[in-house]
Amino acid sequence: MPFKIIASQCTSCSACEPLCPNVAISESAGRFVIEPAKCTECIGHFDEPQCVAACPVDGTCVIDTSLPRYQAPS
Amino acid sequence: MNAVVGRGRYVEGSLDKMMRPTAEHRGCGTSVNTGQASCRSRAAHGELPAEIWEKVKKHPCYSEGAHHHYARMHVAVAPACNIQCNYCNRKYDCANESRPGVVSEKLTPEQAVKKVLAVATIIPQTTVLGIAGPGDPLANPEKTFKTFDLVAKAAPDIKLCLSTNGLALPDYVNTIAKSKIEHVTITINTIDPEIGAKIYPWIFFNHRRYVGIDAARILTDRQLQGLEMLSERGILCKVNSVMIPHINDHHLVEVNKAVKSRGAFLHNIMPLISAPEHGTVFGLNGQRGPTAQALKALQDACEGGVNMMRHCRQCRADAVGLVGADRGSEFNIDRVMKMDVKYDPEMRKAYQEKVEAERAAKVAASREGLAEFAGEMSEITVLVAVATKGSGLINEHFGHAKEFQVYEISTSGAKFVGHRRVDVYCQGGYGEGDRLSTIIRSVNDCHAVFVAKIGGCPKSNLIRAGIEPVDRYAHEFIEKSAIAWFRSYLEKVKRGEIQHAQRGDADIRYGSLISAG
Ligand code: SF4
Ligand code: SF4
Ligand code: SF4
Repeated sequence: MPFKIIASQCTSCSACEPLCPNVAISESAGRFVIEPAKCTECIGHFDEPQCVAACPVDGTCVIDTSLPRYQAPS
Repeated sequence: MNAVVGRGRYVEGSLDKMMRPTAEHRGCGTSVNTGQASCRSRAAHGELPAEIWEKVKKHPCYSEGAHHHYARMHVAVAPACNIQCNYCNRKYDCANESRPGVVSEKLTPEQAVKKVLAVATIIPQTTVLGIAGPGDPLANPEKTFKTFDLVAKAAPDIKLCLSTNGLALPDYVNTIAKSKIEHVTITINTIDPEIGAKIYPWIFFNHRRYVGIDAARILTDRQLQGLEMLSERGILCKVNSVMIPHINDHHLVEVNKAVKSRGAFLHNIMPLISAPEHGTVFGLNGQRGPTAQALKALQDACEGGVNMMRHCRQCRADAVGLVGADRGSEFNIDRVMKMDVKYDPEMRKAYQEKVEAERAAKVAASREGLAEFAGEMSEITVLVAVATKGSGLINEHFGHAKEFQVYEISTSGAKFVGHRRVDVYCQGGYGEGDRLSTIIRSVNDCHAVFVAKIGGCPKSNLIRAGIEPVDRYAHEFIEKSAIAWFRSYLEKVKRGEIQHAQRGDADIRYGSLISAG
């Protein structure tokens, strides 16, 4: 399950964008979005999902339960 | 850098000696009772090593004397932050509000440069470009340093200034030095992790979120380390501290000592800004800001340590213009991008030479005023409030004042000690009663209010509140006038015409300093 950004809460601060190890986060016209296919939940890179840890607004970067879990390459 | 602090001592009682080297810096004189003085932010050439004076003399934040004459601007290119402070909320921007961390528009480095050139051309007093957020500039290093580099190339006469929470500072000290950034401000609210845990809910460091005392300890260590590293490289450092009653208010004396020993050039203690509508943690849980008297008492308690800064207006991260008279709204980015800017350093230089001449006249005038006191001593000190538009003159009408500058006067001279923001009393030609009473509350600790002009109604209200409205020095120099007024005050006290009494406390207010244009 990749992460997604709740647009109504996002302040467009850009803190998350450069931290994503998979360059899954991008901005267009001031809105930040996570590309689900690229998000690995940070598994294998960091202890915590970087977007979640860096985002100043709690509950803005959340798991997108509608999509399947990411499988870390073994 | 330490050598700077503690210079400019003078011999107790010898006014003459004191006045000579201090030029516009009579401030040193006010510690007659303690017998020792340190150079404060207003320190003028003659006390500071020449190369440091060169760096601060045109910086409105580093030199109190300069803030009447020179302007700074901030560009908001750095919205991301790596820590959370309980007094900050980056989520809301309100056009009517002037508080740090708040901006109306975020710029790209290219837009920022265009804005800098436009502002510097239209407001030739602009000498400093600061990047101060709304997040942490060092949490956005690419945008921050790119902006600085572009500005340094396009307008090399503009000083570069950076404001940071310090978490990432040690990693960027070399880059800062290379970018020709001469001034760095670090916000240090505590050196005690237990206290820090009450101010910072979390930090993001080394790819992890830390909370509580661990977070505060990392932050404190990094801030102090960064400060030391910058001082070693000769970069001037100002430390900002937010005074939060019952959390760090008493502790800030310790902070003052700690930052002094690590080479900080200036310490700026600011009152907490906190209102529920700001949506900050402190605002929502009812944490109050300090009163004017408590703030001044703390600043006084720190005198003799690092130079104290008292003229900070805690401006927005996109503030433009003279400190205290924001013109940011004239420069929204759509307007700026349409402007045809021809940057002319020669024109700016000529203008600034004129400003320097004006400043010298002001210094001479206050020296003259002080000379009248030679040989006279009195225990009495009073505060007075001044309505001014800048240039060190009493040149604002009571009804148009957006703020009052507060001076402490004694037989040693007039010393700037702070400012009080007010809502403009006179709007569309008539004054509002409610506003009048809040204005009076905001200067309630003062014995007199100096104005260029004042109407009958506010005049009688001030008198009723025990504050003397003084308009006979309209368009004259503040300090000289304040001293002249004080002389007559002392004489009246001597003759028994009036009884001297201390006045009460006053309110600190935060209001709309953003001009409507
Ligand atoms: S969880 Fe990690 S990989 Fe996924 S978007 Fe956030 S930072 Fe990128
Ligand atoms: S860190 Fe949070 S608020 Fe900032 S851009 Fe990313 S999702 Fe939005
Ligand atoms: S925030 Fe304070 S230090 Fe910065 S420009 Fe404004 S007055 Fe100067």
